[in-house]
Amino acid sequence: MSVTAYPTTPPILEPAADGSETQLLEISMGPQHPSTHGVFRMNVVLDGERVVKLKPVFGYLHRNHEKIAENETYLGSMPYTDRLDYICSITNNWAYALAVEKLAGIQVPERAEYLRVITGELTRLQNHASLIGFLLQDMGSSGTPLMYAFRERENILDLFEALTGSRMMCNYMRFGGCRVDTPAGWLEQAQKVVTEFPRFLDEYENLLVGNEILMERTQGIGVLSPELAIDSAISGPMARASGVNYDIRKVDNYSIYSRFSFRVPLGSHGDVYDRYMIRFLEMRESVKILNEAMRDIPAGPIVDPKMRIRGFRPKPGEAYGRIESPKGELGFYLISDGSTNPYRYRVRPPSLINLTVLEDLCLGVNVADVVAILGSIDIVLGEVDR
Amino acid sequence: MVGEGILKGLAETARNFFGSYVSKERLTTVQYPEQRLPRIEAARSFPFLVYDGSDWQQGMRCVGCQICEKECPPKCILIEKSKDKKPDAVGKQQFYPAVFDIDISVCMSCQICVEVCPFDAIKMDVDVDLPTDNRFAGLLLDKQQLAKSNEYYHGIHPTEAAAVDAALAAERAKAQAKKPAAATPPAAPPSAAPVPEAQPVGGESK
Amino acid sequence: MTQVFVQLDQIFVIVKYWLLGFVPAGWQPLVSAIVSVVTVVIAFPALFALVTWFERKGLGRMQNRYGPNRAGPAGLFQPIADAIKSLTKEDIVPLAADHVVHFLAPVLLVTAAFLAYAVIPVGRNMIVVNLNAGVLFFFAVGSVVELSVFMAGWSSRSKYSLLGAMRAIAQMISYEVPLVLASVVVIMQAGSLSTVAIVERQAGYTGIWPHWFVFTPWGFVGFALFMIAATAESNRSPFDLPEGESEIIAGYYIEYSGFKFALFFLGEYLGMMATSGMAITLFLGGWAAPFPFLAWIPSYVWFFLKLLALIFGFIWIRGTLPRLRMDQLMNFAWEFILPMALFNMLVAGVWHFMPPGIPRWLVCIAMVATPCILLSMRLKRKKKLQLRTYQFAE
Repeated sequence: MSVTAYPTTPPILEPAADGSETQLLEISMGPQHPSTHGVFRMNVVLDGERVVKLKPVFGYLHRNHEKIAENETYLGSMPYTDRLDYICSITNNWAYALAVEKLAGIQVPERAEYLRVITGELTRLQNHASLIGFLLQDMGSSGTPLMYAFRERENILDLFEALTGSRMMCNYMRFGGCRVDTPAGWLEQAQKVVTEFPRFLDEYENLLVGNEILMERTQGIGVLSPELAIDSAISGPMARASGVNYDIRKVDNYSIYSRFSFRVPLGSHGDVYDRYMIRFLEMRESVKILNEAMRDIPAGPIVDPKMRIRGFRPKPGEAYGRIESPKGELGFYLISDGSTNPYRYRVRPPSLINLTVLEDLCLGVNVADVVAILGSIDIVLGEVDR
Repeated sequence: MVGEGILKGLAETARNFFGSYVSKERLTTVQYPEQRLPRIEAARSFPFLVYDGSDWQQGMRCVGCQICEKECPPKCILIEKSKDKKPDAVGKQQFYPAVFDIDISVCMSCQICVEVCPFDAIKMDVDVDLPTDNRFAGLLLDKQQLAKSNEYYHGIHPTEAAAVDAALAAERAKAQAKKPAAATPPAAPPSAAPVPEAQPVGGESK
Repeated sequence: MTQVFVQLDQIFVIVKYWLLGFVPAGWQPLVSAIVSVVTVVIAFPALFALVTWFERKGLGRMQNRYGPNRAGPAGLFQPIADAIKSLTKEDIVPLAADHVVHFLAPVLLVTAAFLAYAVIPVGRNMIVVNLNAGVLFFFAVGSVVELSVFMAGWSSRSKYSLLGAMRAIAQMISYEVPLVLASVVVIMQAGSLSTVAIVERQAGYTGIWPHWFVFTPWGFVGFALFMIAATAESNRSPFDLPEGESEIIAGYYIEYSGFKFALFFLGEYLGMMATSGMAITLFLGGWAAPFPFLAWIPSYVWFFLKLLALIFGFIWIRGTLPRLRMDQLMNFAWEFILPMALFNMLVAGVWHFMPPGIPRWLVCIAMVATPCILLSMRLKRKKKLQLRTYQFAE
């Protein structure tokens, strides 16, 4: 296996006017690093403290997900999709289920749609909360905001465990609906969690928004222009923080999102502070959606009665199903050749696509800001590497 | 004034510091292993085989149909069918698994084996205290280690076990009613319909 | 009754003179010095162990969790466990490192930190050596700490440690100036560089209110500036960029393991406690009790209580604030702290020459508040930081 040829002597910049020479410093913020959100490596070339060149190196967590899916049945890949973006397993399941339902033309009953929306928005809440905690941890808060965020996340994970059996690897969606219905008392418990969530958001805002150090560290850093965002196919909160009004829940109106009244917050500067505040605002909107969904959920079947678990053979064809996952546009592209296994299975990972602009965002900033910018892009290595 | 946001942050932290001495909400730690969190009923860890009655070999519901082996995504189940037959949970003569191994270092607790089993023979356990000092043999559970009684199942998943018992009793009654009438045993196991679980019969709740 | 309390207050001095009684007269100065030094070398690392326990429990409680609570009652044996761990770890030295300098850096750090304790009066008549220029000696020795940090980073021959060392030098030099200037006001008022004299100047009471320098406008500002500069000098959050744990992982001590790492840790905390001790001496009245009716409590107890209070302040700030970036940190030092320290000296001069009374207070408070507000407005305007409002798409 050939290794990328790196210059062994660091490049020397042009001599300055007084004849002094400087060398560039090349460091590898390597796969083992407390702040790279997983095994992710960045080869950074520095001029003093400023970044001159940045090359991301990933693939340390590659697990052959797409190839495995070619040898598994359609249902058998569902637990593997849990492990893509391992923090938001339910939205991964949902995107895959949506793609297969498009491929085979399966309808989803009402109650299942509501359950999907409820669990999906709960996932969004806990993802954004832990992301903000991690962003602050990376900026040196020694874990206090992280612990507060995790305290709330525990409540949501307990809900998932009561519903699906597992806190993180939920394996909840099936083609044509959901796997299991809510046990007795679950909706009341969920309503309690959702009602207390805005109070936590207010406490969190007290701790952080308006904190001068945080504002200094994040405002004006890592500015992403809307043109670059559109050209690089950036999606999710990162694009919306740059002012690009693109939320797949509004654009595609998939599932039953057209029934809920929620707004899409847009940022204007596109810096790290905007990305972080947009996620705060999105959490508040998700709370609104959850309240409406839990109020309106009907009784009924939770899975399409015509669906069989075993021996599912969709007709030959292709389909692309996408949703607004908490990280961006998560899409699954499936080609079926009529057998029980997909012919081609491709994941469009939002973390990876959003990561392609890392170098553009980081040029000219200090090393300390690279970590903040990486945190604000919100990557999960399971999705980047699949 | 510079520092105002910082002072608000300091006040918040102080509130948490002093609050952790007075309110439970600000100190949610549970001192494991002396105390445990209340276990949630639907939790799952690894599969186990259910047997009715007291004899784990005679009462085992599994008939060795190998459906779970085929459907398991990481292929962690190994089944070898027996040559002779024994009565199953409904009373029919069926094969049984001579060898039933699950490698729990491979199993990803996805619960698909439970969903596809037509005989309610394999269910999810909740035990997570499974450390062993043998990396390979210690994590390969054989039929005897996997066999746990129906009472145990009622203990860990009461609602689900009650529903399964009701369904099995209904099938047993149907089989009893059919037995004097039909000469041939029913042809195939019940059709592969999705088996709902943790759900009161009827599929409705609010 | 008071006789008992006086004896309790002077118990360590009495014990030391009793020990000196066994030694022939010619040897007494040497043995006296050795006894004092040994006491400092035993007491302050013990305090360091207590402070590490205190920090972990304090941070834990702020983060809604217990701190260590398994090793001993309430986790009090945790520092012992940490000491055993760091002593038994393998001592890894990188092959390319400069071995002599790599070895000397932690030794120098700890030596310099211990030297600083020589001029801090821990109680009445309890100081290792009462130098005429005690405060000057303290700051001189404090600068050696910066040298050792740089030695550590440079000799490790690793890019991360180089980055950390560069940042550390820049930061510590920038904050050395405000640190000294913030203490100059006290020297102006006390008229002496000797720490004992400074403590004695703060020894009176008007009614029940003590005469500590922190209760004057210039003293309050000086104390705040001193503490901010002390946080930066000890590389504590929010100024812990040189050891920025989430970016350059451990900065200048990344290549140290085992006991040398423990020595760095010890040196950092000793430095923190020494600057807190100096802050107490300069601004908080040293070993004096806050109220005259509490003066029966021994003086060293008051000193240690004040020390623990300041350390709790350090821990509290560490648990709350994210860290400042390098250029923002230096900006803050040179554009806010340093001008404030200079204005503070002006205010202290005005205080000294005005007659005592309410007008003096009002004038000095106005003179202190104005540059503070103006400088902070200038900082905010320069960076254009603002709380933003967001629109929603329709």
